[in-house]
Amino acid sequence: MLMDDFIFRALLGGLAVALVAGPLGSFVVWRRMAYFGDTLAHSALLGVALGFLIGISVNLTVIVLCVSLAMLLVLLQRQRRLASDTLLGILAHSALSLGLVAISFLEGVRIDLMAYLFGDILAVSWNDVWWIFGGGLLALVLLLVLWRPLLAVTVHEDLARVEGVRVSLVSIGFMLLIALVIAVAMKVVGILLITSLMIIPAAAARRLSSTPEQMALLAAVIGSLAVAGGIWGSLEWDTPTGPSIVVAAAALFAVIFAMPGMDMLRRGAARR
Amino acid sequence: MFEFFRKPQPKTALQGRLLDARGISLQLSGRRVLEDVDLSVEPGQITTIIGPNGAGKTTLLRILLGLQTPSAGRLLRRPGLRVGYMPQRIVVDDVMPITVRRFMALGGRAPRDELRRVLAEVGVEHLLEQPVQSVSGGEMQRILLARALLRRPHLLALDEPAQGVDVSGQGEVFQLIAALRDRYGCGVVMVSHELHLVMEAADSVICLNQHVCCTGRPEAVSQDPAYLRLFGHSVPPGVAVYTHHHDHRHDLHGDVVKDAVKEHEEC
Repeated sequence: MLMDDFIFRALLGGLAVALVAGPLGSFVVWRRMAYFGDTLAHSALLGVALGFLIGISVNLTVIVLCVSLAMLLVLLQRQRRLASDTLLGILAHSALSLGLVAISFLEGVRIDLMAYLFGDILAVSWNDVWWIFGGGLLALVLLLVLWRPLLAVTVHEDLARVEGVRVSLVSIGFMLLIALVIAVAMKVVGILLITSLMIIPAAAARRLSSTPEQMALLAAVIGSLAVAGGIWGSLEWDTPTGPSIVVAAAALFAVIFAMPGMDMLRRGAARR
Repeated sequence: MFEFFRKPQPKTALQGRLLDARGISLQLSGRRVLEDVDLSVEPGQITTIIGPNGAGKTTLLRILLGLQTPSAGRLLRRPGLRVGYMPQRIVVDDVMPITVRRFMALGGRAPRDELRRVLAEVGVEHLLEQPVQSVSGGEMQRILLARALLRRPHLLALDEPAQGVDVSGQGEVFQLIAALRDRYGCGVVMVSHELHLVMEAADSVICLNQHVCCTGRPEAVSQDPAYLRLFGHSVPPGVAVYTHHHDHRHDLHGDVVKDAVKEHEEC
């Protein structure tokens, strides 16, 4: 084999995450839920602490915690005294701090905090890779099933409802997806950077796409390039891998953004 | 919200109507938005809700569609009723890359030739591959109408269908709606903020100002004191309003129907 085993594993895991995060991230971008995703991701650390505390799979507690927090947010958003972004800010940072505090209480357990916060993809085991594949595949299938109703709700909720889409079911499914992807992607880029892997490739893909499906697929491709580029850069210059992947994604975004003549939207908008 | 419609519905109460609402009232934070509104839509008939701004027209339509729950009243819909809905204004965010073709297909199955047919029917076939963000307000209304038709609806629910269309085009929109009603045999319930242009398209008019001020045939409503009190004789100079002074009309079967204002309350 040309590659060291650990690089191969990292690449496999990273690409799998990018393939799911791109399409899902497109929805996060369309639905203006970047901060929502970020809040859920922040709460994942509390899930990690809970997992160690109870002694069950950390992946499971992360998913459960993210989903519960998502439900809590939906309930809280029904009141009108506080704006959504305020609520998200409160929950994001409280959950993260609560997670950090909880971890400090765990005696006899050594947790590599940096690995959870910023990812440690070069340390993924084959077990981790299989988990990423399994979780990622599940998320992709779920996303495919939800695709059309979710898209319809995203474009116009009332119209979708009148046309018979079960909006609340679809929204719950979408939150479940985000929670799943956070649990899956945690190992790769860490909970503080997960949202970036969802929204940066999707945002970069926007300029090159004229249909939602194109944007989702391109986001997966751009995400994969960012993962490959980030891992390569991190080995080349001995930089932390998670952040390197995000930097690579940001660089791709900047290049595409600055490219002249690729703007599908503006071409159409000229008729306005 | 959906439980509201899932209640077993006595079929006899509908008597062939597509939709029947009785005593619909809505209070929002203590403010009365709708009060004791009755409304029904028959197959093949155009029912138009008119009224001044803030009369609760759009809210009433949303209640009929199950998008909003009334504080009181009962609503019956024919089981399995397929509704084509045209919301008042729809803006698709620039961040969503989507062509008219893809947008149309969001409502359900959309075979290629069917898609072209409905778009041609409303006169916007040429927009098929355009981004939805690039079409004008009037074009978007037609696209929404086409998307509604794609569902082969029993009922078309239209919120201000002529909005964003210039005055000369507005009459055309209502003619189109009447033509579509004839072709599809569907019932139509629509909201408009004035009577003059909807005159020739409507079979019955409900003049709404929180409560039903008057209701009946358009010619009758336009002469109703309650209507005149709300709108005055506000025909702009130069606009010829086509009024029949017949004492009867013909229904769908060609039978003579006496003009009558069915109900009248003080506004």
